[in-house]
Amino acid sequence: MSALTQSTPGAAQSDVAPEKALRPPSYWPFVVPALVVVIAIIIFPWVFTIWMSLNEWKVGSSTTFVGLSNYLRLTSDPRFIEAVGHTLVYTILSVLLPLVLGTFAAVVFHQKFPGRGFLRGVFIMPMMATPVAIALVWTMMFHPQLGVLNYLLSLVGIPAQLWVFHPATVIPSLVLVETWQWTPLVMLIVLGGLAAIPTEPYESAQIDGASIWQVFRFITLPLIMPFLFIAGMIRMIDAVKSFDIIFAITQGGPGSASETINIYLYSVAFSYYDLGYGSAIAVVFFLLIVLLAAVMLYARQRMLWTEIASGT
Amino acid sequence: MVNHKISRRTLLTGTAAAGALGLTGMPARAEVNWKKYAGTKLEVILAKGPRGDNLQKYVKEFTELTGIQVEAEQIPEQQQRQKVVIEFTSGRPSFDVVHLSYHVQKRQFEKAGWLADLTPFMKDPALTAPDLVESDFSAAGLQYARNDKGQMLSLPWSVDYFILYYNKELFEKKGVAVPKTLDEMAAAAEKLTDTKEGIYGFVGRGLRNANMAMWSNFFLNYGGEFLDAKGNILTDGPEAIAATKLYQTLLTKSAPPGVAGFNWMESMASFTQGRSAMWIDGVGWAPPLEDPAASRVVGKVGYTVVPAGPKGQYSSTYGDGIGVAAASKNKEAAYLLCQWVVSKTQGARLLQAGGGVPFRNSILGDAEVQKGVKTKEWLQSVIDSGKISKLGLPVVIPVAEFRDIVGAAVTATLSGADPAAELKKANDQYRPILERSEKA
Repeated sequence: MSALTQSTPGAAQSDVAPEKALRPPSYWPFVVPALVVVIAIIIFPWVFTIWMSLNEWKVGSSTTFVGLSNYLRLTSDPRFIEAVGHTLVYTILSVLLPLVLGTFAAVVFHQKFPGRGFLRGVFIMPMMATPVAIALVWTMMFHPQLGVLNYLLSLVGIPAQLWVFHPATVIPSLVLVETWQWTPLVMLIVLGGLAAIPTEPYESAQIDGASIWQVFRFITLPLIMPFLFIAGMIRMIDAVKSFDIIFAITQGGPGSASETINIYLYSVAFSYYDLGYGSAIAVVFFLLIVLLAAVMLYARQRMLWTEIASGT
Repeated sequence: MVNHKISRRTLLTGTAAAGALGLTGMPARAEVNWKKYAGTKLEVILAKGPRGDNLQKYVKEFTELTGIQVEAEQIPEQQQRQKVVIEFTSGRPSFDVVHLSYHVQKRQFEKAGWLADLTPFMKDPALTAPDLVESDFSAAGLQYARNDKGQMLSLPWSVDYFILYYNKELFEKKGVAVPKTLDEMAAAAEKLTDTKEGIYGFVGRGLRNANMAMWSNFFLNYGGEFLDAKGNILTDGPEAIAATKLYQTLLTKSAPPGVAGFNWMESMASFTQGRSAMWIDGVGWAPPLEDPAASRVVGKVGYTVVPAGPKGQYSSTYGDGIGVAAASKNKEAAYLLCQWVVSKTQGARLLQAGGGVPFRNSILGDAEVQKGVKTKEWLQSVIDSGKISKLGLPVVIPVAEFRDIVGAAVTATLSGADPAAELKKANDQYRPILERSEKA
């Protein structure tokens, strides 16, 4: 045959082309393992969750296809609507507080003073603790009669508080724990940002006689803004899906005053065994997270462009 | 240790003698062939607690008796309930014998058909000792274990009545008499409260879901019924409102701050520290209250039945059972284990350790067994509660939802919400859930 003569590159190409259609490309064996893993642990569970959310499926009874009725049920479920509200309040507070305090801490720890390295180490210690363990410790500190927090308040003459035992104070109290644990993370990120800022703007500001506040407001803050956005996004995703601290301290109580979407979802799926409805909540919850992340990313993108456009 | 061994042996011989006596009375009955399933291996899943401890501690005796090997594991209650349900749903549970909470799981297990019918085993004299008959179980036990066809799907193991614990010292100090009615109790609680001293008249579960177990005592005593003849939920009627008002008054005026977050554990802590004068909860807490290492009120605790309401006097009742998985391949051997678990020997040990109360009247009423119980007043309150026992939760599938939703409403009244409005709201929320579950 002509096989031996077909050794020119052009001829070889024309020979490969029809083969391509029959045989998978040679890189397939390398891609397949990753593909299998992605399908098995990411795509399949998701498709299955969406499928479950379209069914009425209670553990112990049969499954029936009900279309979108689980989603319609969500719109008239006061507990779910309340849980969305709690999640938003909890998220906003536990993003903002660590951001403000973390930035402040970063500015402080950016200064050179003796023992700085040691104190930085101490400051980031809460981050290293296991959330459930610290949640149990905080539960004891919150105790209205035996807790150390009320004792400290009594020293300065403030009456005892109910902390996590009252519907009005439970979310702020939980945010306190979250803030205590995650402020160091924000500080670490912002410290990285501060280290990257050039010194020239500060020198010229000093010559122009800017106050400390002005220096922070007009030089430091804009320059660390991208870092704050990163920190904010990490915090936000963490706070929205926060489960361990709330579950260990209040289990969503008192009543349902600290029941976030996650806690409610857990109850529906694993305590009421209503898998169909639970899946519908999971899908909506996922969309909410995607939406929030998209808004943040969009805002960040816009901010970067306006910065460049306005020449700052 | 030595003493302990002797008492165990005496108990065993005692039971053997009782069994033999029973046989002579019934000549037609064959003897149980305990060794028939020797060599079988059983897997048992237990909820963590004194019942599970009691089984694991003595299970070697069962193996000696039958030659059946037992692998038993204890898991914390909430996780055990989840694990059991998930394994049953899979169709191939890893266990043969299961410990169940009737007040939460009865309807769910029955409807799903997860448990084996034990009725034929109980009728087989080669499998069942003559002293184990259905009529020996208390009414509440049979109500829990039988399905609507009258089949026994499990053996009632341990019953939990709610009783009133009170601190005699605090009562004497304020000159207060032990309350006989709920109104008297509310008045006594107010009188006993001394916020300056940090002493409160009453403590009990305020935590959502857990609180329903205590609240139902008030509800039943105000004449409440959970369901009407058609199966509709009735927890927003006048009885429920009256019960919730009492609950609200007690826990806001006479209970420690933060009680809205208290479960039995926090309530017990307050009571054992001598900070609360009265506490309503399950019967199982006498051992920690009388333990000098854990309690400051040893020897000062009074035990009595829950005070009467205007429409009656009941003790809210809950309970556990032990059953055989329908999917098990060793049903007969598993049944032998269940039988041993509720036997007189094991029941007496459970009662004497204060870890639970057997459903079997022949154990509770036995003078010898009673002698072994340390706190006589406690035993009396248990016996008296048995006479006024009434199931403390509706027998429906969505029990967890009921406890969460109505429990949250009841907890909300502790921060000032109106009982009638909250209960109405909770009922509107729960009704469709119940309807959906009954329809399925």
